[in-house]
Amino acid sequence: MTTNGWEPVVGLEIHVHLKTRTKMFCRCELAYGAPENSRTCPVCLAHPGTLPVPNRAAIEATIKLGLALGCRIAPRALFHRKHYFYPDLPKGYQISQYDVPLCSDGRFAVPAPGGDREIEIVRAHLEEDAAKTVHVGGESGRIGGAAHSNVDFNRGGTPLVEIVTRPDLHSPEDARAFLQLLRQTIVELGISDAEMEKGTLRADANISVRRAGERALRTRTELKNMNSFSFIARGIEAEVARQVAVWESGGEVTQQTFDYDAATGKLRPHRTKEEAEDYRYLPEPDLVPVEPPAELVERLRAEVPELPSSRVRLLMDAHGRSYESALFIGRLPFADLFREMIKAGWHADDAEHALMNTFSAIDVRPELENLAELYRVYAVRHELPRPVVIEATSASSRAGFSAEPYLAQRAVADLSELDPVIDRILAANEPQVAQYRAGKEGLLGFFVGQVMRETQGKASPQVVNERLREKLKS
Amino acid sequence: MAISRDDVLHVAKLARLALTEDEVARLGEQLGAILEAVGKVSELELDDVPPTSHPLDLVNVWGEDEPRPSLPADDALANAPERDGDFFRVPPAAAVETP
Amino acid sequence: MIDTLRLTGEEAMGLVERREISGAELHRAYLDAIDERDGELHAYLRTVDESEGDGVPIAIKDVITTKGVETTAGSRILEGYVPLFDATVTTRCKDAGLPILGKTNTDEFAMGSSTENSAFGPTRNPWDPRRVPGGSGGGSAAAVAAGLAPWALGSDTGGSVKQPAALTGTVGLRPTYGTVSRYGVVAFASSLDQVGPVTKTVRDCALLYRILAGRDPCDSTTVDLPEPVQIPEAEDLRGLRVGVPREMNEAEGIEPGVADAVARAIELCAELGAEVGECELPRSVEYGLPCYYLVAPAEASSNLARYDGVRYGFRAGGATLRELQERTRDAGFGDEPKRRIMLGTYALSAGYYEAFYGQAQKVRTVIAREHAAAFERFDVLVSPTSPTVAFELGARTANPLAMYLSDLLTIPSCMAGLPGLSIPCGLSEGLPVGLQLIGAQFAENTLFRAGHALERALGFDYVPPRLALAA
Ligand SMILES: [Mg+2]
Ligand SMILES: [Zn+2]
Repeated sequence: MTTNGWEPVVGLEIHVHLKTRTKMFCRCELAYGAPENSRTCPVCLAHPGTLPVPNRAAIEATIKLGLALGCRIAPRALFHRKHYFYPDLPKGYQISQYDVPLCSDGRFAVPAPGGDREIEIVRAHLEEDAAKTVHVGGESGRIGGAAHSNVDFNRGGTPLVEIVTRPDLHSPEDARAFLQLLRQTIVELGISDAEMEKGTLRADANISVRRAGERALRTRTELKNMNSFSFIARGIEAEVARQVAVWESGGEVTQQTFDYDAATGKLRPHRTKEEAEDYRYLPEPDLVPVEPPAELVERLRAEVPELPSSRVRLLMDAHGRSYESALFIGRLPFADLFREMIKAGWHADDAEHALMNTFSAIDVRPELENLAELYRVYAVRHELPRPVVIEATSASSRAGFSAEPYLAQRAVADLSELDPVIDRILAANEPQVAQYRAGKEGLLGFFVGQVMRETQGKASPQVVNERLREKLKS
Repeated sequence: MAISRDDVLHVAKLARLALTEDEVARLGEQLGAILEAVGKVSELELDDVPPTSHPLDLVNVWGEDEPRPSLPADDALANAPERDGDFFRVPPAAAVETP
Repeated sequence: MIDTLRLTGEEAMGLVERREISGAELHRAYLDAIDERDGELHAYLRTVDESEGDGVPIAIKDVITTKGVETTAGSRILEGYVPLFDATVTTRCKDAGLPILGKTNTDEFAMGSSTENSAFGPTRNPWDPRRVPGGSGGGSAAAVAAGLAPWALGSDTGGSVKQPAALTGTVGLRPTYGTVSRYGVVAFASSLDQVGPVTKTVRDCALLYRILAGRDPCDSTTVDLPEPVQIPEAEDLRGLRVGVPREMNEAEGIEPGVADAVARAIELCAELGAEVGECELPRSVEYGLPCYYLVAPAEASSNLARYDGVRYGFRAGGATLRELQERTRDAGFGDEPKRRIMLGTYALSAGYYEAFYGQAQKVRTVIAREHAAAFERFDVLVSPTSPTVAFELGARTANPLAMYLSDLLTIPSCMAGLPGLSIPCGLSEGLPVGLQLIGAQFAENTLFRAGHALERALGFDYVPPRLALAA
């Protein structure tokens, strides 16, 4: 994407909560939404003398993710301490990874109509999450106006994987597409719920722009706290626009961090932890290095399932689906069902429609042997009232399904039957006809409603629509 | 090795210490002397020597992902200087902004 | 009537086993001794008045957590802090039937060589109350020397068990790094801290080490011992190769009286059948101290970041969180922790890491290699533990660098993670002199054997004369 000859350059930093039973460095149980401070122990409260013990399951999940992202698994990885003061960081440092992360140099392909977009993964490392601070007494929970703050350490120490990409993304849509597929991959690996609303997946973006053709990178800014895929795309869009305007007006973009305010769509300077740039990394002396044994890596490699990207690619290339639909259909078990539907003779568009609008909405799985029969209903679904289509779909999950009773309820689409009704209604509502012709096209619905009432809902709304429009034009 | 007043203040800020004027002067002087003495380590030419961050040659010490009981909230908060219900209470992260 | 001045841990165990005395009576006897003598010495920060068990009680340095018993690490910032859990070493003592007698004084966060840095006042040396007991474990050492505990636990980062043992005429072991759990030990410098026993005899030391040592699942940096602890019996040193590192025995600042006592002990080694030879540790001695004073403060600055007034301990007021944290830390920490936090923060900060901390870690490798080479030729290396005997209170407080020199000879082997034993080997100007025995990794049994044989041959009387007279 270029705007006025400017190209966005975007890199992402994604934090994912791992779905382990216990915390990263103590064995407190992870429980989303548990009463405050009911999941803590001396270790995660950083009492004097306590020591961390790494969670095997978290290490394995990180390696598995690294393998899925095509990363190199470090033969010897280290934990480091990253220092800063914050009330929700009980030790005064976060145990994280620094110069030798568990996973590095990966590559993640996002299928696109013109061929895959390759996003380089710089690293994926393991760390612990901070606790949660609730600001009390101020307006709208913002730090600025808080009377005091309350800290809940339940979340503190949750295992977190941080994935860092190279700035290989060049539009808000690319960023969104990448994140959606990454999320799907993580979910299918079974290592995280990766739900942005719950905060189990969080993404920050670093953004710069450059003139098309320019190689060097310009000053970048950081965008934090965007809690949905749409906000990420919108936030990037807003920041790109801001930077382009700054450059074009002869100004200079300065390094800065912003929060995206979903309510206003505006960017707000982020309240930074002071001196945050000097983290004084220190090799964690309380932990020993991780040297993933070859057998372990091989076992985990064997556990990595077929990834959604290959299914998405196939749906786009062989079945002409858009990326968005392919991502949706590409989810297990939809992908298998889609394949069976095609085999049973469905047109890909109809299969997509059924999966996205009906099957998922009513959470039903037709029997494979009924698919061909069910398609008879879907092939004429425009002529059937929606409840009938849904009923047929539900029925198709049982053996011995027949399309006949549903087809019998086909809507009246025969013009010889419909025309007299339509003419009668137009004649009876002359003032509205005049208004419509004068430009008040919203009245179409009024006429459709009249026809439907007259036919007791049996008319095909689509046909009625078309026919009405035609007649009103003349 | 002299340490400037600014250096002392910067380090104190990193370390979250509100030093008194007196401490800034005294610590600055002492730090300078100590840094000069410990700076001796840089006399050695050690480009090919690997660092030792740990005296033991251990790797892969992990715990199993099996929950153990957490503390009751009252115990967790037993040593807290101030609490608000079952939360640890602290002043706001920044000064209250006056409109 | 129990003579706590002379009673060893092993003898006390015998009395209890033979039911000549109950654990409670023993506990009472030490509490009485504390009542009588600790007003002057201030070895204890607090005592535990009810015996929890029926064994030989033990004094525990206040950097080691004890469930339900206030643990301050000698600092205002932890005043009033009552741990919710026992340190693994505390648990091991209790499980072995050793109830806690009390918590002993220490330099704040174990940072110091004289116990003068305790926020709760200094401990005095039972041999001469005008003098320091060494540090940071001066409280534990003074308690054992003055018969206020049969034995005690200390913690050693750069000499805090060995040096006070030397200055008080007691026996102190700093174990091989990783053999004793650090879980529940208030961290000073994590890659160096080790808990060790302070006792009257080498056999007591071995008995306690047997209780303490072994892998702890709560401390990822621990291992099981390659061989069981042996309680030493032999009174000769036949077959033992004793190395005398020249730099450690000729270092500037070693008092003549100290050098003489150590030289006599080395001669005794030969007389007991050991093969004695000279060796060198040039870079370990020259660079050990600067290396230590980079590594330890760097780790300390990190370990002490958790004291922020949010979850436990002392809290100063503040309108904002930042103000609260800065004031809490300024008012809660004494001079020495502040000095080390500043030094460590500086050494880790942007632009200085490589020159300071990074380089110090490489020096550590050099020190470890030098020691490893020496242990190819020798089983034990010997030197004075401290260059001087106990010095007077206040003598070194104004000059941190002079104070740091107290650990010149104990530090190098700590940097290499090696075990070291200090045993009294004589007097200089009426004050005890410590002999340091350094072993290879996991060679505690060798140290016990050598220490025990020397102890028997030396016949050192560990009761301070002024206390013997008073009694
Ligand atoms: Mg991170
Ligand atoms: Zn916990």
